[in-house]
Amino acid sequence: MSEFDLTIILAGVVAGAAPVLLATLGETITERSGIINLSLDGTLLLSAMTGFAAALTTGSILAGFAAAAAVGAATAAVVAVFAIRLGLAQVAVGFVLTLMARDLAYVLGGPFARVEGPLVGLAPIPVLSGLPFMGPMLFNQSLPVYFSMAMIFAVWWYLYRTPPGLKLRCVGENPDGAYARGIDPDRTQLIHAVAGGALVGIAGAAFSLCIKPGWGQPQGCEGAGWIALALVIFGGWHPFKVALGAYLFAFLQVMSIHLQAWFPDVPAQVFQAAPFPLMIFILVLISLAQRESVLRLAQEHPVLKALVNALTGAAPAALGRQRKSDS
Amino acid sequence: MSLELAAAAAVVLAFTTMVLLFAGAPPLETFRQIVQGSLGSWIKLTYVIKVWIPLTLASCGLLYTFRIGLWNIGVEGQVMAGAVLTTFILRSGVESGHPGLVLFAGLLAGIAGGAFWAILAGYLKTRGGVHEIFAGLGLNFVAQGMVLWLIFGPWKQPGIASMSGTETFPDALWLPYIEHLRISPAGIGMALLAVVLTAAMLRYTRFGLYLKAIGSNEKAAFFFGLRPRTTMILAMICAGGFAGLAGGFQVAGVYHRLIPAISSGYGYLALLVVLLSNFNVWVTPLVAFFFAALNVGSIQLPMALQLDSSLSGVIQGTLVLAALAVHALRTRIRRAS
Repeated sequence: MSEFDLTIILAGVVAGAAPVLLATLGETITERSGIINLSLDGTLLLSAMTGFAAALTTGSILAGFAAAAAVGAATAAVVAVFAIRLGLAQVAVGFVLTLMARDLAYVLGGPFARVEGPLVGLAPIPVLSGLPFMGPMLFNQSLPVYFSMAMIFAVWWYLYRTPPGLKLRCVGENPDGAYARGIDPDRTQLIHAVAGGALVGIAGAAFSLCIKPGWGQPQGCEGAGWIALALVIFGGWHPFKVALGAYLFAFLQVMSIHLQAWFPDVPAQVFQAAPFPLMIFILVLISLAQRESVLRLAQEHPVLKALVNALTGAAPAALGRQRKSDS
Repeated sequence: MSLELAAAAAVVLAFTTMVLLFAGAPPLETFRQIVQGSLGSWIKLTYVIKVWIPLTLASCGLLYTFRIGLWNIGVEGQVMAGAVLTTFILRSGVESGHPGLVLFAGLLAGIAGGAFWAILAGYLKTRGGVHEIFAGLGLNFVAQGMVLWLIFGPWKQPGIASMSGTETFPDALWLPYIEHLRISPAGIGMALLAVVLTAAMLRYTRFGLYLKAIGSNEKAAFFFGLRPRTTMILAMICAGGFAGLAGGFQVAGVYHRLIPAISSGYGYLALLVVLLSNFNVWVTPLVAFFFAALNVGSIQLPMALQLDSSLSGVIQGTLVLAALAVHALRTRIRRAS
């Protein structure tokens, strides 16, 4: 691509961000309840495989997405049940599941590797897609991409404008306090871990049926789960900022394809590794922004203050912690 | 303990059989293939030992970081960093005329490489405030990118760069093998030494006690005058050093060159080994042997049964999860009664 067409690039960013965006929103819901689901990377692969296989065998794209969502929900349920009912370390269970789900995807997905399969087509919205600039970018996409955009607002609405969302945030900050107020923290955590997991599953299907179509080894979405986990921190556990991070990341990915074209001597694998040092760097910045000395300095400089405010977002206080239930 | 093991094994057997039936493979034949492929002959057994050595080394290193409460996921990249530095020294020493010395220096460089990569993650954790899981993971991908860049760039084979790796070293720079037994006494010695050394360090030294104190309660340890940050870095150096040695062994003792998949996933697998060993240093080498046998036994599955060799990973993961669950359940029941 020699021509540098901004509209095409941005349309590609909006589409390419969809799966990672869905995964980050799912993980945001889960982590807001105080549970870390570290299994994202493996879950994405397993649900991508399941979604593709189910859509291929049944001939229905919808069945593919449903199967993928079920796989995502089931994996999350394992993490939640092991953590809540058995009191095991969430990080340990999540990590083991990451590896296991990946291997399971390769074992079960063998017959579906490199097979021609169904693909979600574009669904331009009449009238709106004809708009200049915004049209091709926002209104000439496929249904999963529209869904991902709608979910940003849906998750925000749920978290900040509904009673269950308020209860969910209570549990994430202080499960014992929530318990004293008559909320069942275990139930709340389990429900939202499963709901978040289902979104992650849909993200997996969005990879294999839409953005990186097909199944193979490698599928092409390896590492995306880890990026999604980091983006949740980057976005300070807030749906809007998390979404911004996902789009920023997709933009960098599209740019790296262009960079590859400009530097043909550098092997492609180097560009594929490039997002990760960037991720570390951003996490360092976020941590630095929360230092006391920086905060004090920020009081005197309005620009810096705005920047720090944008960067910081506190983790749910009870995130990843084990709760001693009296039951 | 044996009851727990039996329960976990039953869960694994049931789940794996289910997966195999789902994948359309005959379960009994698959299990037979895995046993045959790993313990069926002396040659197969030597392959298992070749996997056991780096796996045990990396697992020993992880015991230090787990003891202080760190999740050193970066171990995978530390193996690769060690392999890279070992390759660098061996490459430079091809024409030196002192192969023994070069080999020794190469393995030492491997330790240094792994330790350096671990220090990066350690500082990101203690100074940068980045959780060690994300720091380590990011560095894993960077290390993988570095290995590929070296193979396709500066260290490419004369003629054309390829996924088969760098040029193979001359025989003199291979870690010595007993010809008719096909095993490397130096490699086995390193792994056994690592186990004994780690056991002694954790049990009998002040350093081991500090690790445990900080791991149990970082704040209290700080008020006792311990320095959690410095000790964390030291623990990371130990972990990275052993992982780097594992990488050095992969280069000098197994592949005799740098290949893209030089770490073979042994870093991640070592995390599972240590989890299943319940952080017990004496159990670790046994679990490592079992996991190595599963890995080697699965290699021929694609040929024999058109089944992906990742099956070993499914079995290992299920085993760890089942063991964790059974252990937790039993503790619960015991506490309740």
